[in-house]
Amino acid sequence: MADGILVVAEHLGGKLSDITFEMLGKAKALSGAGGDVTVLLIAGDASMAAELGAADTVAIVEGDGLADFNPESYGAALGAAVEAKSPRLVMVGYTAMGMDLASTLAVKRNLPHATFCLDVAIGDSITATSQCYGGKINVTTDLGAGPCVVSMLAGAAPADAGRAEGTPSTESLPAPASAGKIRFKRLIEPEAGDVDITAQEILVAVGRGIGSKDDIEVAEDLAEELDAAVAGSRPLIDAGWLPKTRQVGKSGLKVAPKLYLALGISGAPEHIEGMKSSATIVAVNSDKQAPIFNFAHYGMVADLFDVCEELTEALQERKG
Amino acid sequence: MKLVVLLKRLPDLVEDLEVDDSGKALDTEFLKFTLNEFDDYALEEALLLKEATDGELTVIALDGEDVDKMLYTALAKGADKALKIENAGEASGNRGLAGIFAKVVSSLPHDLVLTGVQSAEDIDGQLAPMVAAILDEPCVEVVTQVATADGGVSIHKEYSGGVVAEFEIDTPAVVGIQASRQAPRYAPVSKVRQIQESTTLETVAGSAADTSVFTVVQMTPPETGGGAQMLGNIGELIKVLESKGVI
Ligand SMILES: Cc1cc2nc3c(=O)[nH]c(=O)nc-3n(C[C@H](O)[C@H](O)[C@H](O)COP(=O)(O)OP(=O)(O)OC[C@H]3O[C@@H](n4cnc5c(N)ncnc54)[C@H](O)[C@@H]3O)c2cc1C
Ligand SMILES: Nc1ncnc2c1ncn2[C@@H]1O[C@H](COP(=O)(O)O)[C@@H](O)[C@H]1O
Repeated sequence: MADGILVVAEHLGGKLSDITFEMLGKAKALSGAGGDVTVLLIAGDASMAAELGAADTVAIVEGDGLADFNPESYGAALGAAVEAKSPRLVMVGYTAMGMDLASTLAVKRNLPHATFCLDVAIGDSITATSQCYGGKINVTTDLGAGPCVVSMLAGAAPADAGRAEGTPSTESLPAPASAGKIRFKRLIEPEAGDVDITAQEILVAVGRGIGSKDDIEVAEDLAEELDAAVAGSRPLIDAGWLPKTRQVGKSGLKVAPKLYLALGISGAPEHIEGMKSSATIVAVNSDKQAPIFNFAHYGMVADLFDVCEELTEALQERKG
Repeated sequence: MKLVVLLKRLPDLVEDLEVDDSGKALDTEFLKFTLNEFDDYALEEALLLKEATDGELTVIALDGEDVDKMLYTALAKGADKALKIENAGEASGNRGLAGIFAKVVSSLPHDLVLTGVQSAEDIDGQLAPMVAAILDEPCVEVVTQVATADGGVSIHKEYSGGVVAEFEIDTPAVVGIQASRQAPRYAPVSKVRQIQESTTLETVAGSAADTSVFTVVQMTPPETGGGAQMLGNIGELIKVLESKGVI
């Protein structure tokens, strides 16, 4: 009989990621209906286990080929843990690492799976709410009675709820052999940029709405008046219009300035992840349906070029 | 190197999206479709690999509105062969699509299968790891560059904060591409038209299995929470900036 919730812990560089605590807090809240909460800690050390006080059990897997994250060996360890524990619900982060694990697990073990999850509820059946179409539509699905897998979006639940003190029992799970078709080589740290966008009080952030590399100049002019730095969404960095060090979001940097001015950014979940803690968010977008307006404190449905120009002029006039 | 790229079309997110009367599906009447942006990066990375290895590149897509144009464009960019999967029935979600793609891919000699890391409607999982799991091949998601290596490929996978992990993978393998080393190339309209006039797309029969893994309870635009307070002009914006003490 499937019972209990299995939370897959995630860590990098010896540190548990926030997503682990976010899922653990959510799992705890569900445990009345869902049963005991087990955190699966693959290659974690004792200090990590000690941080997982909110769990009922910490299941630890150690073995060769697990020292660094590896989609193959971690996948096999997760598959074996699911076999051993037969949980009713498996929670995986919708993260760079979790993306390798959840869909594979779902297919290999033939389990229902929902990704992009903002929320999950357990009753007679398990339901999940997914944020789809770049944040424009939420989809609620019924995954059946369980077992099933959910991939949780970062920031969907508060991490604090998962940081409770406690003395979970620990158990050790065997590490299955892995075929060794994927080999971890090394980690490459990012190079430091000219500007540290995480240390700025004001960020003027531009998205694909800016249209071309040359037009970033209008944002730079505005940033100069505001004593701000220019940051950007991923597509601009991928296009080579801004350096990687200016990227805000899931695979970029997390920022929390006093003011985040988002120009021509749609508000995809991967972008929101990096800037939602900003004190004041002002969004300018020509699409009134743009999801960014669900997260911004203030919004303007307008052409970003008009706003940049008028605001820059108004600020110049104020200074006199 | 024998390369295969899986292409998927997606509702254009720039357009208004509406839920139909059932409350469980998108209203498709005015829906515009476009290539999943991450598949475009996958195609670019595959083209770069093809050029570097004197390889062979096949693109595959499920038949549907505007799919011919998508495939002709890929050919115009440099793909050698385009396969259109017909009569696959209504594939239910990505799990179904993964099965259909895996079946076609398994009949093709291939070293590397590339597709987008995700699409905005991947409710039931990501295509790359699911296709790989069915084919029993190794897979890495969130890949930003691929190079050939002894017995396989060497790839970069991106974590958060710009940290990158390097892996070596034995081929055949599947990768989910997040970004390509250079921005996707542009295919001139005239070249696409010329290809369209001189080429017939190859078709292959698909087979859909019942692979729905959940039932949709409802689709709704997200609740706006408090939502943004909307500003009408620059004067109002200036007042906000003043009240927040940032100017
Ligand atoms: C694993 C993974 C990691 C990712 N990491 C990140 C990340 O770190 N950071 C990130 O940003 N994204 C990330 N993404 C990408 C993310 O999914 C989106 O593709 C991206 O955020 C979209 O950027 P955008 O809003 O600039 O572009 P779009 O979504 O194309 O939005 C452009 C917006 O501009 C508006 N617009 C157009 N013209 C104008 C105008 N003249 N005036 C005003 N508005 C205008 C449009 O209405 C639209 O809303 C990641 C994706 C994946 C899969
Ligand atoms: N990457 C993976 N993710 C999840 N489960 C896996 C993975 N690899 C192997 N397994 C599990 O290991 C068992 C053997 O799988 P296989 O290696 O495909 O024969 C299956 O029952 C799976 O549950």
